Amino acid sequence: MKLSTFLGGVHPPENKSLSKDIPIKKAPLPEKVVVFMQQHAGAPAKPIVQEGDKVKTGQIIGEPTGFVSAYVHSPVTGTVIAVKKLSNVIFGKAVEAVEIQRDSDDMWELLPHGDYTKFSREELLDIIQKAGIVGLGGAMFPTHIKLNPPKDKKIDTLIINGAECEPYLTIDHRMMLEKYEEILLGIEIVKKILNVEKVYIGIENNKLDAIKLLEEKWKGKVEVVPLKTKYPQGAEKQLIYAITNRKVPRGGLPMDVGVVVQNVSTMFAIKEAVIDGKPLVERGLTLTGEAINNPGNWWVRIGTPISWIINNLGNGFKTGVEEVKVLMGGPMMGIPVNNLDTPILKGNNGITSIFPVKQQSTFCIRCSYCVNVCPMGLQPYLLDLLGKKKKYDDAVAIGLMDCIECGSCTYICPAKIEHVKTIKLAKKVYRALRGGKK
Amino acid sequence: MKLVTGNAPHLRSNDTTAKVMLDVIIALIPALIGSWYFFGFYAFFLAIFGAVVGELFELFIMKVLRNDKNFTPNGSAAVTGILLAMNVSPATPWWVFLIGLIFALGVAKHAFGGLGMNIFNPALAGRAFLLVSFPVYMTTWYKPALSFSKWVDAQTTATPLAILKESGNIDVSYWDLFIGNRAGSIGETSVLLLLVGFLYLVIRKRIKIMIPISYIGTVFVMSAIFYLVNPSFGTPLFHILSGGLMLGALFMATDMVTSPMTIKGQFVFGLGAGIMTMLIRYFAGYPEGVSLSILLMNSLVPLIDRHFQPRIFGEVKS
Repeated sequence: MKLSTFLGGVHPPENKSLSKDIPIKKAPLPEKVVVFMQQHAGAPAKPIVQEGDKVKTGQIIGEPTGFVSAYVHSPVTGTVIAVKKLSNVIFGKAVEAVEIQRDSDDMWELLPHGDYTKFSREELLDIIQKAGIVGLGGAMFPTHIKLNPPKDKKIDTLIINGAECEPYLTIDHRMMLEKYEEILLGIEIVKKILNVEKVYIGIENNKLDAIKLLEEKWKGKVEVVPLKTKYPQGAEKQLIYAITNRKVPRGGLPMDVGVVVQNVSTMFAIKEAVIDGKPLVERGLTLTGEAINNPGNWWVRIGTPISWIINNLGNGFKTGVEEVKVLMGGPMMGIPVNNLDTPILKGNNGITSIFPVKQQSTFCIRCSYCVNVCPMGLQPYLLDLLGKKKKYDDAVAIGLMDCIECGSCTYICPAKIEHVKTIKLAKKVYRALRGGKK
Repeated sequence: MKLVTGNAPHLRSNDTTAKVMLDVIIALIPALIGSWYFFGFYAFFLAIFGAVVGELFELFIMKVLRNDKNFTPNGSAAVTGILLAMNVSPATPWWVFLIGLIFALGVAKHAFGGLGMNIFNPALAGRAFLLVSFPVYMTTWYKPALSFSKWVDAQTTATPLAILKESGNIDVSYWDLFIGNRAGSIGETSVLLLLVGFLYLVIRKRIKIMIPISYIGTVFVMSAIFYLVNPSFGTPLFHILSGGLMLGALFMATDMVTSPMTIKGQFVFGLGAGIMTMLIRYFAGYPEGVSLSILLMNSLVPLIDRHFQPRIFGEVKS
């Protein structure tokens, strides 16, 4: 099999066998959900419900407040018990959240829906926007904007991201195996919106069953591209390069090379919205890690607290576990929660509970491993050094803002230096110093 | 149960600095056993002595002089000790070697800030220090003993490079040069055993492989040109197999701390070291120039790193 890939990257232990053969199960409805008004890149949504309001499943409870923003819906049928600011580890600040107590089984409030071929491009985009769909791979960028590039950008290729390079996570894998018909419908809808013919799906070759299945089922519609299993194969720019040999220019976006990339779960959500009228209120995620009893793949409502998921779906932590790291996402880019009542967001593709490993950072021995593995061609050791010395302009000059924070450098470092930590902080400080200007 | 946070990535390779150093030590073992056979047990002893004393001395520096309570030995001082032993003549007394080691670790390494901060390869700096301080010991050479049972076999002779420089003749076969049956520094003579260790490092991905390729390649091309002009300069094969070139190109120039970080930079580093080595061999007072060339190139590494940076993904060619 010919495998496509990019330069650099690492091979962390995959640990996908914990959950890769377990079919997706529908979780029971939680009693209480907490829905953040920011579940997307851009401006937070504005809550339009008050304490005591009755809400239906799929009813809009938050409206977008800017161009890059998104609708937020109630994931259950019940009563609003609070609207308040809560800290959100993903965005690193306090954001308004709506707490809803479930009263009954689902009573849906649906969007206009039906045969997608009868809708115009604008109507389809409107449904996707009203459904609150954002990139479900983790970046949570509002999908209706990504699917509506400026007129001067000619899009000729759609790439579906099925790489799932993040260790432990298997939800995209299961989605491709179990929901390929629905995903294909989503792809057809997006093809119509973008007016493109060429569609690829990139899948790492550790998912051979998915590659074989989709090659058979999607024959003539979508070209399946087997990818080398290597982290970060699913990073947007690396994926585009592996599949089309096009390099997104520095500081540019995929549309600059005529490409739009979408995650498999996002395709499923688009099908649910357009054909069934369901806004984005539930998603699949992988519940995994060595520290929990029952790993698996689950279909859960957005806003469900992690503690509820771990206790009810994962059968709790293993006995004798004294210290645990619970990550929203996988171990390479996931964010550890400091409170188990944190609810899941639209972009949560996994909850990974692992045993923490303590490692002491020592001196850089200039082994150059970080330079060799950086998929962006950067010099992480130097960015780390400049970041620590607060020389932000010098760091930007050698590509600070090009870093995709994949963590390959920190993973490979024999001296256990935390480059990504320094780089993230340096980026934040630089942006603040520049007053938000790019 | 405690909830632990921390920074991504939450998976880390189980690689450590100590493992890197251990691999380098393993790679040097074949050549060390060879030195025992060629120059007697004293040569092997000196390397072990260097490793043990080096580690103890570094522990003293870190714990007592630099007051670093968290320091755990990582093996880098042992590597310096072994490499210094491999770079001195078997005629070097142990106390002279000890002075060189103290200079290497105390001045060349820790006065500059310790592991990762030193500009010059500590072992080569130690060797250069001994060369100017104890020139007689450092330029007295022994004939190979060819026995594991001798302590030292003190029949003096000259190195093939010195003979070439004085008489324009080569008195040794390529085969003897290849296996190491010639006079020279403790660890430099056996090209075969050095290559075995090098291969181990390549398999373990512990080496900046571009440096030996460009270094040895430069020596080959340059000596080929000179040989064509005047055969008394010596054949290219002779220049590659003799002196400290193999030890220097495979193990000294590739020292991680003191070599460039990018492939392009590593190529330039090897090129510069190769040219300097040959200029010294041909035209300078010393018959051999590997260690001085590498030290010179060490001093240029910050400049090389600054100039030869990798191309950032998506950067437009200019």
